[in-house]
Amino acid sequence: MTARIFAYIVHKAGAADDSATELLAAAKKINPAATPTAVVTGWGRDLDTVCQSLCSSYGEVWKVANESLAYPNAELVRKALVKVLPQGSTVLVPHNHFGIDLGPGLSIKLNAAFVSDVLGIDGIEGSFLKVVRQEFGGQVSAHVRCDVSSGVVINLRPGAFKPIECAPAGGAVVDKSGEVGALVAGRRYAGTIVSESGDVDISKQAVLVSIGRGIQEQDNVAMAQELAEAMGAAVSCSRPVVDAKWLPKSRQVGSSGQTVKPKVYLACGISGSFQHLAGIKGSPFIVAINKNPNAPIFQVADVGIVADILEFLPELTNRIREVKKVSV
Amino acid sequence: MEILVCARRVPDPAENEIKLNRAGNDVERDDLVYSINEPDNYAVEEALQIVAKVGGNVTVATVGGDDDEEILRREMAMGANKGVLLSDEVFGGSDGRGIATVLKGFVQKGHYDLILTGVQAEDGGAQVGGMLAAMLDYPFASLVDAIEVLDGKKLKVSREIEGGNKEMSEIDLPCVLSIQTGINEPRYVGMRGIRQVASLEIPTYGASDLGIDKASVGESAAKVKRDDYFVPALGKGAEILAGNSEEIADKLIDLLKAQGGLQ
Amino acid sequence: MFGGMPSPAYAIYWSIPGPALFIIIPLLGVTSFAFIVAKRLAPLLGAERDCRLDRPLLRLQKVLQYWLLQWKQPRYWLAGVLHIAIFAGFLLLMMRSASMVMIGMSEHLVDPGFPGEAGQFYGIVKDYAVSLVLVAILIAAIRRTVFRPARYAVPPDLGRDHTPEAVCVLGLIGTLMISESLFEASSVTMAGLVRQPLQATAPLSLAWIAQLAVESAPRNWLQPLHSYSYLIHDLTFFGFLCLLPLGKHFHVITSLFNVYFAKLDRGTVKPVRWGVPDEQLDEVKSFGVKKFEDFSWKHILDFYSCADCGRCSDNCPANAVGRPLSPRFITIKARDYAFRHFPIFGQVNNSHALIGGIYSEEEVWSCTTCGACEEECPLLIEYIDKIVDLRRGLVDDGNVPKSIQKALKALESRGNPYGKVEKKRAAWATDKEFQHACNVKILGGGDRASTLYFVDSITSYDDRIQAIGRATAHILADVGEDFAILGAAEKDSGHDVRRFGEEMLFKALRDDNMDAIKASGVTRIVTSDPHAYNALKHDYKDIPPVEHISQVIAREVKSGTLKLNRADNDENVYAYHDPCYLGRHNQVYDAPREVLDAITGLKRVEMNRCRDRSFCCGGGGLMLFYEPKEEERMGVKRVQMAAQAGANVVVTACPFCMVNIEDAIKVLGMEGKMTVIDLAELVDRHVVRDYTEAGDRESKAAAHA
Repeated sequence: MTARIFAYIVHKAGAADDSATELLAAAKKINPAATPTAVVTGWGRDLDTVCQSLCSSYGEVWKVANESLAYPNAELVRKALVKVLPQGSTVLVPHNHFGIDLGPGLSIKLNAAFVSDVLGIDGIEGSFLKVVRQEFGGQVSAHVRCDVSSGVVINLRPGAFKPIECAPAGGAVVDKSGEVGALVAGRRYAGTIVSESGDVDISKQAVLVSIGRGIQEQDNVAMAQELAEAMGAAVSCSRPVVDAKWLPKSRQVGSSGQTVKPKVYLACGISGSFQHLAGIKGSPFIVAINKNPNAPIFQVADVGIVADILEFLPELTNRIREVKKVSV
Repeated sequence: MEILVCARRVPDPAENEIKLNRAGNDVERDDLVYSINEPDNYAVEEALQIVAKVGGNVTVATVGGDDDEEILRREMAMGANKGVLLSDEVFGGSDGRGIATVLKGFVQKGHYDLILTGVQAEDGGAQVGGMLAAMLDYPFASLVDAIEVLDGKKLKVSREIEGGNKEMSEIDLPCVLSIQTGINEPRYVGMRGIRQVASLEIPTYGASDLGIDKASVGESAAKVKRDDYFVPALGKGAEILAGNSEEIADKLIDLLKAQGGLQ
Repeated sequence: MFGGMPSPAYAIYWSIPGPALFIIIPLLGVTSFAFIVAKRLAPLLGAERDCRLDRPLLRLQKVLQYWLLQWKQPRYWLAGVLHIAIFAGFLLLMMRSASMVMIGMSEHLVDPGFPGEAGQFYGIVKDYAVSLVLVAILIAAIRRTVFRPARYAVPPDLGRDHTPEAVCVLGLIGTLMISESLFEASSVTMAGLVRQPLQATAPLSLAWIAQLAVESAPRNWLQPLHSYSYLIHDLTFFGFLCLLPLGKHFHVITSLFNVYFAKLDRGTVKPVRWGVPDEQLDEVKSFGVKKFEDFSWKHILDFYSCADCGRCSDNCPANAVGRPLSPRFITIKARDYAFRHFPIFGQVNNSHALIGGIYSEEEVWSCTTCGACEEECPLLIEYIDKIVDLRRGLVDDGNVPKSIQKALKALESRGNPYGKVEKKRAAWATDKEFQHACNVKILGGGDRASTLYFVDSITSYDDRIQAIGRATAHILADVGEDFAILGAAEKDSGHDVRRFGEEMLFKALRDDNMDAIKASGVTRIVTSDPHAYNALKHDYKDIPPVEHISQVIAREVKSGTLKLNRADNDENVYAYHDPCYLGRHNQVYDAPREVLDAITGLKRVEMNRCRDRSFCCGGGGLMLFYEPKEEERMGVKRVQMAAQAGANVVVTACPFCMVNIEDAIKVLGMEGKMTVIDLAELVDRHVVRDYTEAGDRESKAAAHA
């Protein structure tokens, strides 16, 4: 496959998002021999800082600086990319709120194919790229082939591609800003409203730390919150916790509460009643932590830990924090 | 305001057990019940609420066959003014781009101020809305969780981004928006409503009605095709982790990372 | 005084001769009253129809029992006794009241009423009746103003306190009694003075006491006392008459009719529209009650008939846990709406939406349809039909809470509220281990049977509740019942779908079930689910007779077919919790108790609130999907009641009660201190089963055939 591989880099406050290294790993899977190019849009010093930091992992970094791109508006970014990206390229984008906004439209304007939410790459077969996707809320996986002869935009699932160890790439920053010109779009950014922590919608969360009666007291709820924070997850619960008024109803998972479709569900001190499980859809990876080895939850969980959550959760939280410190 | 909602009929995620068939290459489809893709239902409710405020009509369209009419009827029972079936043999096997092409043909037959799709279908890729907008050269916003009509020419929309934050934008009409669940509380459609629309007319349009080139849609034009379904090998019942608590924590962290549980 | 006998017909009141006054006052009074009543009847004329004229003999029997004999009053003993006294007094005094009106009209009507000895007897009776009423009034007044029982309280957001209205009416009645006695006393005294004695006042009665007072009063007070006590009585009488339709004392007039027209069929829900058969329902423009005029005339009569006694809300479990529902105020708010929008003077101002107006959505969804309110109401006011009608209106407008929508959608696609696939409906029975102990036949797979075990959704799919299904099946096998289940062909009974207002979905489920039942050829149905029991018995038509498993067990234990071991644990104290749809709605109270008592050594206690006063566990069916606004769970209160009664095991006979009470035990942190078990499970544990079990079963089956 001779097409160039470009990775669109999401960044904030001068730092590239974790997806940058994931896209690199994916690019290597598509074509181990290729040198992927990072494409970064933005404006000002933050943009320069990011571009420099990418040089150690990417062989080439294309910088597209334009004042209207100071805030990443997918409509404007697309117009810029269409101007700089060669026809027939493979473009990798993280499948997050930005990628969902950018990917599909970009594929049309580049006259390329589009594959969404890819979590595995099997390789090239002739003019086809073979990938793995999930459907039905993750309950089944699918082998998908995509005709990439006229290029392809691929949205990659965050977290699915583990960053790989490789030698420093020693890349250089190439300024492509001049090829872009003025950018105008029918959608204009008007600000961001930051949410208050109470407003979490658990039905949209990918990872949930869920607590049940086993948490025993209101004071112990903080343990779950700390674990959730360390994991980048949200806290949910079963009905008895809401009944005891330790968490608001908006956090309740169950047939009379919310229906959730996470990727990962930690059931801590939850017995696994029918009414509670009825609120979990799809096939999340369920980790059950309960001191009762006969709790019904162990029949539906993927992984079980027989332990007292009051002891285990803080330990797990500390360990996760240590691990995260090391990797950053 | 003339609003078009593009909807899709999918196997209901809450009421089906998704399993592989005996051959192991497709989902067992015998016992599936179908309903409108949930985000599309939210989109119709949003359209109805907008039209209740500013006047206009809501049309719901779907690309499919006779079986798909039932979701059009359900949305008409909910209050949509018109249901339209876009159906033709040549549309079969279309990928996302093919579907968007068919929809583009229909959009260009009429005039719509606002086009809504659900953010994603159960078996889809969150793509049709964005593709349709690019094909029509209309501005686009995905993951919309609030819409405010500013005037006949523009809307203010809120997009759901990470951490529960909301990205506000102004967007010109006509535009395409993909709607996120939770934007509103869809009204209930009871059996009674369904019975009342059972005999209403639902027009069907084919490739020639919409002026669509056969070569641009259907299986032959599809660039993305599914080879098969499979279930990654997983043990049955919980694998109980053993060891002291440090070892267990480490094992768990590895598993969580692999499953995308650490963000 | 002319012509000897004392009579107000001889008196002159500020230059108006008595007869004139006492013809005008009644005339004005009666015409005003008629005018007011006509205005009050107006909304009934524009209301929906209601079929209440059938089975007149049964209706008359109810009038006798509930109106004349005040059957429900003693449930609150003090208020009950007081009311019975006042009511009896009123009835007894009807003749005297009529006489009193007539006396002033003409001097010839000095002593109208019963002739001869009957009249003399009546004279004594009426004196005591008056006294009884006054004593009752005084006690009532002290109760209302000093002791202020909680159930009369009005929540601040629902308006002013109703005590002034109550005290005012008590005052008027008191005035009637006192003025009558003073008139009687002064009449007797005056008659005595002209040596033409009237019947003496009854000893120690109020009139007798008044007579003592009158006789010791200055002589020149006598005539005025006589004339003005009469005037006051006449004015108060007609004033009170006109006041009746203006407030809660309208029940004095409407109660007779309200009881006559009361609902005769327990357990079922009114049709969407009386007189509209199922096939024509599609043509009905609007379902349910959205505006006041959507209520039927009988329901509006209910609003008028409320005596504001608060007994309904006092027993309402939703009210007790702080849900925004108070049955009393469902009625009072509607009554006040009628008064405001169909005024005595002024334009009718109707057709306002009720939800968002006098009622809130949460109020309407909060009801578990337990029936405690209807069981308590002395005037037989109906609540469940109204709540269901209000829900029908909400459903018609698409205004259904999200979690209920999910369940209804699943019921529509899969025939159960969990969205589980039909072919797993019988999985609880085909479980390999269980099949070994008890083979459950499934109809439609070539099997036939004479009895259908209707399992219903929760027992089929909830993995905890499936144990109740297995216990029931095992018991049916033990008694030699030739039974089978419908399996995948069974759909949810639809009992609570109907009570949540989705009538058409209910009909679809019911029709499918009825077809399956009829096609099966069974001659009997047994169920372990009281909601299914109630639906099959009352909401379904033309199907074989239905029994609850507790009734089957009780019968088989009595006949000796089913033998039970000694209690397996001597330490436990059991309390039986009456499920609403087995107990109150279907009056099956004794069978489960007989079963428990048949286990030797089993210690059983009764909770204070038992039988028809049982406290709802929290609700079943779709109520398990509803998230109400409340201060605590009903189940929690019920578990506390059991603990208070000295029990450490609650026995239920309903799968929904089981779920709610198990949950409540967890919430209270009482695992280990309190357990809950289903009657079938308990019996299953105690059935004498030995090695010849298989042989026994065969011979029992032969005996049953």
